[in-house]
Amino acid sequence: MNAPCQLTHQDFKSDVKPIWCPGCGDFAVLSSVTKALADLGKPREEIAFISGIGCSSRIPAYTQVYGFHGVHGRALAIAAGVKLARPDLTVLAAGGDGDGLSIGGNHFLHACRRNVDMTYIIMDNEVYGMTKGQASPTTQPDWTKSKLTPEGTGISAVEPVRLALAAGANFIARGFSGNPNEVARLIYEGIQHPGFSFIQVLSPCVTYRPEEREWKNLVHPAEGNPSQVMAEAMHRLAGDDGFSTGVLFAGNRAPFKPPSRNVATVTDLERKFAS
Amino acid sequence: MVGKSVSVALTGSGGAGAMTSGQILLDAASKAGYFGLMTRSMGPQIRGGEAAALLRISATPVSSLDDHYDLLVAYDWGNVNRFAAELPLAKTSLVLSDPEHGAVPDAIALFGARSAELAMKTLAAEVPGGRVNMIGLGAAAVLIGLPLEAVLSVLQDQLGRKGEEVLASATACLKAGAEAATKLPEVARLPPSKADGSVRWNISGNEAAGHGALKAGIKFVAAYPITPGTEVLEYLAPTLEKTGGVLVQAEDELASINMIIGGSFSGVPSLTATSGPGLALMTESIGLAICSETPITIVDVMRGGPSTGIPTKSEQSDLNIACYGMHGDAPHIVVAPNTIVDCMFSTQWAVYLAEALQTAAIVLSDQAMGQARNVVAKPADAPYVAKRRVAAPNAEGYKRYALTPDGISPMAIPGNPGTNYVADGLEHNERGTPSSQASDHHSQLDKRARKLEMFDYGDHWADIEGDGEIAVVTFGASTGPVQEALERIRAKGGKAKMISLRLLMPAQTKNMAAALNGVKKLLVVEQTHSEQFNKYLRAHFDLPPAVKVLSRPGPLPIRPNQIESIIADWK
Repeated sequence: MNAPCQLTHQDFKSDVKPIWCPGCGDFAVLSSVTKALADLGKPREEIAFISGIGCSSRIPAYTQVYGFHGVHGRALAIAAGVKLARPDLTVLAAGGDGDGLSIGGNHFLHACRRNVDMTYIIMDNEVYGMTKGQASPTTQPDWTKSKLTPEGTGISAVEPVRLALAAGANFIARGFSGNPNEVARLIYEGIQHPGFSFIQVLSPCVTYRPEEREWKNLVHPAEGNPSQVMAEAMHRLAGDDGFSTGVLFAGNRAPFKPPSRNVATVTDLERKFAS
Repeated sequence: MVGKSVSVALTGSGGAGAMTSGQILLDAASKAGYFGLMTRSMGPQIRGGEAAALLRISATPVSSLDDHYDLLVAYDWGNVNRFAAELPLAKTSLVLSDPEHGAVPDAIALFGARSAELAMKTLAAEVPGGRVNMIGLGAAAVLIGLPLEAVLSVLQDQLGRKGEEVLASATACLKAGAEAATKLPEVARLPPSKADGSVRWNISGNEAAGHGALKAGIKFVAAYPITPGTEVLEYLAPTLEKTGGVLVQAEDELASINMIIGGSFSGVPSLTATSGPGLALMTESIGLAICSETPITIVDVMRGGPSTGIPTKSEQSDLNIACYGMHGDAPHIVVAPNTIVDCMFSTQWAVYLAEALQTAAIVLSDQAMGQARNVVAKPADAPYVAKRRVAAPNAEGYKRYALTPDGISPMAIPGNPGTNYVADGLEHNERGTPSSQASDHHSQLDKRARKLEMFDYGDHWADIEGDGEIAVVTFGASTGPVQEALERIRAKGGKAKMISLRLLMPAQTKNMAAALNGVKKLLVVEQTHSEQFNKYLRAHFDLPPAVKVLSRPGPLPIRPNQIESIIADWK
């Protein structure tokens, strides 16, 4: 990669100590993000990194770019505002499965269909960690370890990549925090791909979901080249086991850009009111 | 019967054309050199509901409806019971209706006004493509003494592009109505206009708010439709596009408020507009803007509440949520425009304040101003534009939330090298790093309060008129009737002072104490059920011992004579 700016991934890390538990998958995701940013070769100030609320949403503070740690569920709305107002910036958003798919579910749906040129990473651990272990939208219905739903949620889990595809995301990938180099590559490719790019990163919660340590034995590379055709991708993802990693869909829809021309002054507009 | 002004109500079922004819009458009055005001009363239906165009035309500027209507033209009586209370008539008033639709209903007859019949439907049927509302419009214009040429000229402007046939049909109906009106009883007539060739503006409150935003330099708007705020956004959509800005339609109000927070964080002055239910959804994120010190402006066009309430009709009952809706201690700006055209200045000023103080500003407009049109003298330009204190490139030891003496810290804008930081709604230290330490919380709370308290808001905090031991304190759309009532009292030799608060938050304690100096009796005028404004005043200011409150909910507008009689009877 032609990097005009010689920053290393360390240069993109801040000196703020993460609040994450030892062994949390999010440490590796942080490294993947900073590696992808170093590979991108842009100066720090041209990148905006937006998040919501939750363990993983703390991530912008651990990087050295412009960041916004917003309220629960609204990272994508803030990110869209940044990109639409300042198309020159590279915009990333990140957060957890509860933040992005439960309280922020409506924004996820519309971010996929709006197709603003930005990259969204869901660090998926199938649990609300910061509130001490409740079921999230990606938790399986029979998980009984939460005091809030001791008999399990009884409702089916969301498959984020399928939802993203159905809603119209232009780039869809899945990675595993145990393979940080692959995740870094997926993030880099997502940033380079025009339109809304969605990357699900399986990132185990060792505190509330210790069984997720087993994910390292379950993940496997997705077969074949990424689909570029919606119907083909739907067929593939319908039979997906949730552990295939790689680029799953790369569409060619043009990014959303609202019209803007500079052809009038505010004084010109006032003629309408005069009589 | 020549009065100072003439008031006309045009009513009918939705689709009968009451609004169109009212709009043309107002435009024609403007063309003939008059000032005017037109408010709307509508039911919730898109088609087939009830609609009333409520006008007041005058040779001098008007910002309030009168006590009653001089002329009521009813195109039909569909659903009139639903809004008869909004159509007060005097004994001298004239009710003009179509015999086709039967006798004057009791709800209108009880006012005891005179009545006359005009076969509008029959007359319209004689003209190919003829419409009842144009017959009524012609009759109304003649009855109040508005030159027909002015109406014809507006028809030409507005219908010309729809083709010869449409224009010819409307013109024929207008003339038929005008001809028929010569045989009708007289009603109050307009005084001669004082047309001096000076430029008049014909503008709605929602257009004015949108235009004020543009004048202040707003370049990014996220929009979610809601009655009666939508027209602010619809005004901004094409105008922003033409002036190099961007408007995006969001998926809900949670998105629109956060999109503008994002837009503003990136350095672009940003705004949204909404109404009560939308403001309720936005409150969490308004707190985020306050805590992260990201400037944003929200125009709230109030309607009847709570819940879905009365979406199409006015009330001032969002005062509490606008001032106190946020959780935590969240100092912010609340600005209430007090006339239709002041929606422009107040929005422009609110944007300026939000940007200068790096906080959230709420503009508290309402349906009575937002969806009403006013013909006014061209408003003066105000100097207020969005201007932030920003960080210099590579500022040494940059701290986003530095504890400065005036509480305002330089904001680094993405793109600025060497000053990257993370904006946060978590309590934070000066650098912006999350902190739950008591000392950081205390010092940041102090700073966010200090910047609003120390700022010089100048004279715009209130509009004060007159003097005397009796004062009326009010805000927003209730100001018009107060102003008129006090003018009448002064014309009779009385003395009274008006204080109309524009800057509701932060409350201007010292200024208010000075304004109330020497006042012995205070009348509070507001359009809420629970006396929200009275409670606001009592929470923030020392009031004189004698206080009366005229507080009534929407949708009935407060009328000048109600205020006048309270003051006249106050011994």
